[in-house]
Amino acid sequence: MDLRLTPEERAFRDEVRAFIRDNLPTDTRERMRLGYSPRKQDTVAWQRILNKKGWAAISWPKEWGGPGWSAVQRMIFIEENQAAPAPELLSFNITMIGPVLIQFGTEAQKSRFLPRAANLDDWWCQGFSEPGAGSDLAALKTAAKREGDHYIVNGSKIWTSTAHNADWCFVLVRTNPNAAKRQEGISFLLVDMKTPGITVRPIVSIDGAHHLNEVFFDDVKVPVEMRVYEENRGWDVAKFLLGNERTGIARLGKSRERVAAAKEAARSVRFNGRPLIEDAAFRQRVVQLEVDMKALQITQYRVVSAGAKKSDGRPDPLSSVLKVKGTELLQATTELAMDTAGPLAMPIWAQELAEMANEPDMLAEAAEQATGNYLFLRAASIYGGTNEIQKNILSKAVLRL
Amino acid sequence: MDFDLSDDQRLLADSVTRLMADRYGFEARKGFVKQDTGWSAEMWGRYAELGLLGLPFAEEHGGFGGGPVDVMLVMQEFGRALALEPYLATVVLGGGAVRLAGSAAQQAAILPAIAEGGLKLAFAHSEREARYDLADVQTTAKRANGGWVLDGAKSVVLHGDSADKLVVSARVKGERDDPDGIGLFLVDAGAEGLARRGYALRDETRAAEISLTNVVAAEILGEPGAAFGTIARVVEAGIAAMGAEAVGAMETMQSMTLEYSRTREQFGKPIGTNQVVQHRLSEMLMALEQGRSMAMLAAMSVDEPDAAERARAISMAKIGFGQAARFVSQQAIQLHGGIGMTEEYAVGHYFRRALVIEHTFGDTAYHLARLAAEVE
Repeated sequence: MDLRLTPEERAFRDEVRAFIRDNLPTDTRERMRLGYSPRKQDTVAWQRILNKKGWAAISWPKEWGGPGWSAVQRMIFIEENQAAPAPELLSFNITMIGPVLIQFGTEAQKSRFLPRAANLDDWWCQGFSEPGAGSDLAALKTAAKREGDHYIVNGSKIWTSTAHNADWCFVLVRTNPNAAKRQEGISFLLVDMKTPGITVRPIVSIDGAHHLNEVFFDDVKVPVEMRVYEENRGWDVAKFLLGNERTGIARLGKSRERVAAAKEAARSVRFNGRPLIEDAAFRQRVVQLEVDMKALQITQYRVVSAGAKKSDGRPDPLSSVLKVKGTELLQATTELAMDTAGPLAMPIWAQELAEMANEPDMLAEAAEQATGNYLFLRAASIYGGTNEIQKNILSKAVLRL
Repeated sequence: MDFDLSDDQRLLADSVTRLMADRYGFEARKGFVKQDTGWSAEMWGRYAELGLLGLPFAEEHGGFGGGPVDVMLVMQEFGRALALEPYLATVVLGGGAVRLAGSAAQQAAILPAIAEGGLKLAFAHSEREARYDLADVQTTAKRANGGWVLDGAKSVVLHGDSADKLVVSARVKGERDDPDGIGLFLVDAGAEGLARRGYALRDETRAAEISLTNVVAAEILGEPGAAFGTIARVVEAGIAAMGAEAVGAMETMQSMTLEYSRTREQFGKPIGTNQVVQHRLSEMLMALEQGRSMAMLAAMSVDEPDAAERARAISMAKIGFGQAARFVSQQAIQLHGGIGMTEEYAVGHYFRRALVIEHTFGDTAYHLARLAAEVE
């Protein structure tokens, strides 16, 4: 038993770190250091750089461009990339639709979509949640009626992250409203976002930003060959997708980066006549977060290393621990970064200040983004299966209650 | 990274599990508590037979040559059984001090005797006014007639009442809080001028207050005045061992509570069918797993050569498993309801073991403050 990275794993980490340091575009790094979310062009550019290196389709088999990494290597890469901070691989492409097509797709679907997904030539989004189907996903109502070699899709999806950037959307639709069980009448479709009848309406979230959307489908024609797997078996595909590759779910690199940002800010602001970083209460808060991050990092090692030895391919229910604890940390670390900003946590003025002074005010920008991050990451315990759903999973799958 | 146990380690864990399952039920334990010493001499003999008492010692000293992970496996089982014997005091702490700082002759005289079950030690370091500060030693050691004479008092010495020999820290020079100037001395429990008063801790394990008045110490471990490093390492090993014990205790509290929630019916159904109870049990599970990770960190840091890195990891671990154990044990009583409050029911005993572990060798506040001082 040994918790330390092996010399090979350490060498791999150093290689990843060096590659990111040497290849991440400077303006992307600087914006992200200030706490900005990557822009579409930042994410696209970075994923293409990684793809050229063979490091984009990290969990895919080699024949589809995967690097052939172990689960531990993937975990190291994800954490280093988050902590850099660099734009994360687009999860819709890499951890969702890619593995789904590799597992369930036709040869035509694979060769058409996989290389483009890896290179982010197509930006995918996820059409799962509906106004009446959140945690209870199987309650979805968006209908697809077969007409010849097409489905006609009607309905709406909600909380669709980045739909406004997306070229394609994978959508769960109801193809048999009369199935004995709700789960048995669902199909999984690939929908071109340029298809007539699709309307994307922005939802501005509490951080004032536009990440989320509503997507309306009004007599949208989808060719039958865009269905993945059998008709009415889409629930199997969705379950696979939701359980697949949860290595990055803890997002520890992001939490680490937020603590580093808070410490950095705390060196330059004063509290009781001294730098905030010297304040005992601030320091204890940092330590508590570091302790919790350490525990989660080891728990993640354990889950990942146990998963690598399992052969049934089913997700470890303990990955729910990673989701709950990881998002709690993400929230606690963004909270620390915001609190560090003090009164600067409140205003939305960085742009105005920059225009007035004709140069950016980095402190104001970082503070504004710290609050923005805090606000948006309240969603972390809601998306990807709410933390309450994760506790239901633990209760049933692990505790057998 | 590697979480696998070796075949030997699996064998070790299995044999301890079997021994404790056969002989250390909660009812049997009640009998052990009532013995004069507060623990079972018979079990001590069985530990010796299994090789547990020499586990971390070299083979030439009748030991097993085991590492911190082996100790972790044993302590985890002791945590499940709430073992009362002076294993931590004798093998990990006292034996650890001899192993780390003793001369070849001292090791040869003491370690085999421990391994055979014939000698029990205690680590008499902490003092009433020191709280958790390892450098705060007021007991003095003065040279006299080629030996040393000790004066002072030691407080909450784990299993100090049944030890045959004590490893006593005392200041040979320097100010009260100075890490430099502390020595470690081997003192016979029956030495003239040594008085001890034994008592039970909250968890029914034993400890003692020890006073030293002109006590002649036959031997010193290592160089006079240079023992602080050894003391820190002994305490770190003790923390790691207690982390594993806490995991065993948490596992048992978790499984007892789970079982109770399946069988206890209220309003015509098991209480475990209520979502609020299920989520609480899930939270206990998460805390247990996070605590387990931290206990592993502690075990695997004990032999880390970089002292600062080692101290940091051990402090992080102590905070982590301490908080986890506090949460799990509080929830265990809450979900049991009234029965969890009773002396006759086991869960409250695990609760109190967790409490004692948390307050030994630095509580959460102490380790938080210690790490906070190092934030850069």
